[in-house]
Amino acid sequence: MAADFVQNWLATTPGFATPFLLAALGLMINERAGVLNLGCEGMMLVGAMTGAVVSFHTGLAGAGVPVAMLAGALVALVFGIAVVVFRTDQVLTGLIIVAFGDGLTGVVGRPYMFEKVAGFRDLDLGPLSDIPWLGPILFQQDILVYAAAALAVAVWWGLDRSDVGLRLRAVGEDPATADIAGVNVQLFRLAAVVLGGALCGLAGAYLSLASSFVWTEHMVAGRGWIVIALVIFSGWRPGRAVIGALIFGGAEALIPRVQAMGFDVPIYLVGMLPYVLTLAVLIVPTILRGERSPAPSALLLNYLRQDRR
Amino acid sequence: MTNALEIVGASKAFDGRPALRRASFACGWGEVHALLGENGAGKSTLMNVACGLYAPDEGTIAVDGEPAAITAPADAARLGIGMVHQHYKLVQRFTVAENIVLACRDALGVRRPRDAAGAVAAKAAEVGFEIDPGAVVGALSIAEQQRVEILKVLLLGARILILDEPTSVLTDQESVQALTFMRRLADDGHAVVLITHKLREVIGYSSRVTVMRGGETVLAGAETAGLDAETLARTMVGEEGEAPERHARPLGEVRLRVEDLSVRGAGSIGVDGIDFAVRGGEIYGIAGVGGNGQQELADALTGLRAPARGRIAIDGAELAGRDVPAFRRRGLRAIPADRFRTGLLAELAVYENHGVTGVPAGEYGSPALVRRGAMRAAAAQSIEAYSIHGAAPGTAARLLSGGNAQKLLLARELRGEASVLIAHSPTRGLDVSACRTVHELLQGAADAGTACVLISEDLEEVLALSTTVAVISRGRLVGAFEAGQVSRAEIGRLMLGHA
Repeated sequence: MAADFVQNWLATTPGFATPFLLAALGLMINERAGVLNLGCEGMMLVGAMTGAVVSFHTGLAGAGVPVAMLAGALVALVFGIAVVVFRTDQVLTGLIIVAFGDGLTGVVGRPYMFEKVAGFRDLDLGPLSDIPWLGPILFQQDILVYAAAALAVAVWWGLDRSDVGLRLRAVGEDPATADIAGVNVQLFRLAAVVLGGALCGLAGAYLSLASSFVWTEHMVAGRGWIVIALVIFSGWRPGRAVIGALIFGGAEALIPRVQAMGFDVPIYLVGMLPYVLTLAVLIVPTILRGERSPAPSALLLNYLRQDRR
Repeated sequence: MTNALEIVGASKAFDGRPALRRASFACGWGEVHALLGENGAGKSTLMNVACGLYAPDEGTIAVDGEPAAITAPADAARLGIGMVHQHYKLVQRFTVAENIVLACRDALGVRRPRDAAGAVAAKAAEVGFEIDPGAVVGALSIAEQQRVEILKVLLLGARILILDEPTSVLTDQESVQALTFMRRLADDGHAVVLITHKLREVIGYSSRVTVMRGGETVLAGAETAGLDAETLARTMVGEEGEAPERHARPLGEVRLRVEDLSVRGAGSIGVDGIDFAVRGGEIYGIAGVGGNGQQELADALTGLRAPARGRIAIDGAELAGRDVPAFRRRGLRAIPADRFRTGLLAELAVYENHGVTGVPAGEYGSPALVRRGAMRAAAAQSIEAYSIHGAAPGTAARLLSGGNAQKLLLARELRGEASVLIAHSPTRGLDVSACRTVHELLQGAADAGTACVLISEDLEEVLALSTTVAVISRGRLVGAFEAGQVSRAEIGRLMLGHA
C-alpha cells in the first residue's frame, strides 16, 4: 500500500511540475536579460483562459496551445513596452499586470467557467509505458511534459551556449557595456520579455488543458508567485529549475494523495506546504551561498543611454 | 609626416556651460602623446569627441590626414580610433573570452568564446602580456582588467589608442608596467594618447605633450624633452605650483596607541601585528603599495571592522572591538579612501552631509527635532570657509566634483575638536589645486593638536607631510623613520618588500 502510494505520487508529480517549469524558464529568460517580471501570475491566467476558450470552440487542445502562447506574449508585450521603452518601475508594472490578467480573464472567461474542454491525455507509449514502476512515472505523461523537458534543454543551450544568449546575458549583467558593444539593449530586453510571456502563457494553458480540462476563475492560484521564488532557488540555471519544479510539483501532488488516503491531517496544513517550501527555498540557498547572489547584476535596472556620464 | 589624429577648433557646451572652447589637438603616428590638465580641464571631453561619444558644437576632425565625419562610436572604431575609458566596459561576470566575443564578434568574426580564446591568446602574446581567456573578469585585478580592455580595443583594430587616466586606479608598480606597455605600442607604430594629470607620467613616458586648461588648449604638441615639471605644472594650473610648506609644530602627548593589532583581510592580506603610537600634532604617514593591508588598517582604526587581536586606544581609552559611535565619541575623525561609499551620502544634500555627524552629538537640537535651519547655516559657513565650489547647502553631494566633495568631507570631519584623524588616500583622483588644499587642511588639523594618520599610496605626499614615515608591506609595518632621516630609495625598497 505504501509502495502504491509512492508510485502513484511519483507518477503524478511530472504533471504538477510542468507548469512550474515552463513559467520558470520564461521568467529566467526575462531575468537573465535584466527584467523582473512579477506579472507571471497574470500571464498564466491569460494563457489558461485563452487556451481553454480556443479548445472549447475548436475541440482541439492543440489549437489552444499556440493561441495561449500568443496571448501570454501579447500581455508581456504591453508589460515590456512599459518597462523597457517607457522605463516604468518593473515591480509596480508587474503587479499591475497580475491585477489586469486576473480581471480580464474573470470578465472574458465568465461564460466558459466550468465548461469541459478538450485537453491533453497521457500518452501510451506501448511497451515503455508498461514497464513496472518506471513506466507510469516516465512514459505515461502527456506530450507537454516531454515538451517542457525539451524546452529546459533548449533554454539552457540558448542562454548559456549560444551567441544570442551571450548578448542577452550581457544586457542583463551590464547594459551600458552591451550597448557600447553594439547590442540593441531595448530590443533584446523586449524580445526576452515577449518570449518569457509566451512561456508563461503556455504554463497557464497547461493548467486548463492538461491538468483540469476546464477553465475556472483564479485557477492559477498563486503558482505564478511560487515560480518567482523557484527562479531564485534555481540560481537562474535551467537545470536546477527542473529540480525545483519537481520539488514543488511533488509537494503539490502530495495534497490530493494525502486526502485520498484519508490521513487525519488538517487539510490546511497540507495546503500550506507549497508556501512553506517557497520560504524554505528562498532561505536555504542564501545560507549556503553566503553573500554573493547569482542574480543578474542589472536585474530591475532600467537602461537609458547617457549623453554624458 | 601626416598626423594620426587631428582636431581643430572643437567647442562643446553642456546645458550652456562650455566644456571645450575651440580646443585643438594633433598627435602623430608612433608617439605617446600626453594630454595633460586638471580635473575638468576638458581632456576627456575632447577625446570623447574624437571617439564619437559626443558630437562637437563646432570643429573638425582628421584621421591620418583625411577629414573624418565621426558621429558615433562605430565611425571612430572604423577609422581605427579606440578609447579605454576610466570605467572599463567589461561584463564582470563574463570570462575574458566572452567579453571579447561580445565586443569583437564582427571584427573577429567569432561567435563562440571557445573560438575567441585563440585570438585573445595570440594578440596577448603579440603585444607581450599574459591573459587567461577563461578567467572571469570580476576575479581579475584592476590592472589585469585594464589589459583586457586594451586587448579588446586592439582586437577591434585600433591604431589610435586613447587612454583616459589609465594609472589612476593602479599601484605604482602596475602603473610603470602599463606605461611601459604604452611606449611599446607607440614604438610599434600606434598613436597613443595618454590623458593624465600626473606630471611624472608626462615627463617619463611621452614624446609630446598637449596641455589643456578651462576647455582650451594652452600648450599644443610641445616636445616633452624640452620641458621640466615646473613649467608643465605652471602651464597646467596657470600659476606657480609648489610643494606644500611643512609646518613646524611641537608634539604633545600620545593620543592614539595601537598595539599588536591584527585584522582579518577580506580575501587579501589583512593586518598582522602592528604597533605604533601617534602624538598630538604628529602626522604619522603610512606609505605602501595598495592592497598591503591599508584598507583593513583604516577600517579597524575607524571602528568599521573589528580586529582579530590587539588594542587600539585613543587618549588612553581602549576601543578595539567597539563600534563607530564609540570611536567618534572619543574624537576620532576619518577621511575614507572611497569618499562616496563610506564618507558622504551621495544622494543627500550638502547641508545634510555636513550636519549628519553633529545630529547625534546634539549640535542641531535634539535627535527628535533637528533644526534644519541651523544645519543649513552651518553648512553655508563651511562652504565659505573651505571654498567648496559649485555647492549650495541644498545641492546633492553627488553633484560635487572630487575635490569639492573632499573639501566638504574635511569641513565636516574637522568641525569641533578632533583627537585623532585617519586620512586614507585623501587626495586620490584630485587635481593639483585640490591636493594642495587638502594638504593644508591636514597640516592645519595637526597644528591644532590632532594626532593624524595619513595612509597613502602616494609616496610624494607621505614624504612631504609626515612627521614620521612608516611603511606597510604584507600587513606589517616594516620600518618607521623620522622625516628627513630616510631616503626615498630606502622607502621604495621597503614598499616593494626588498628590505
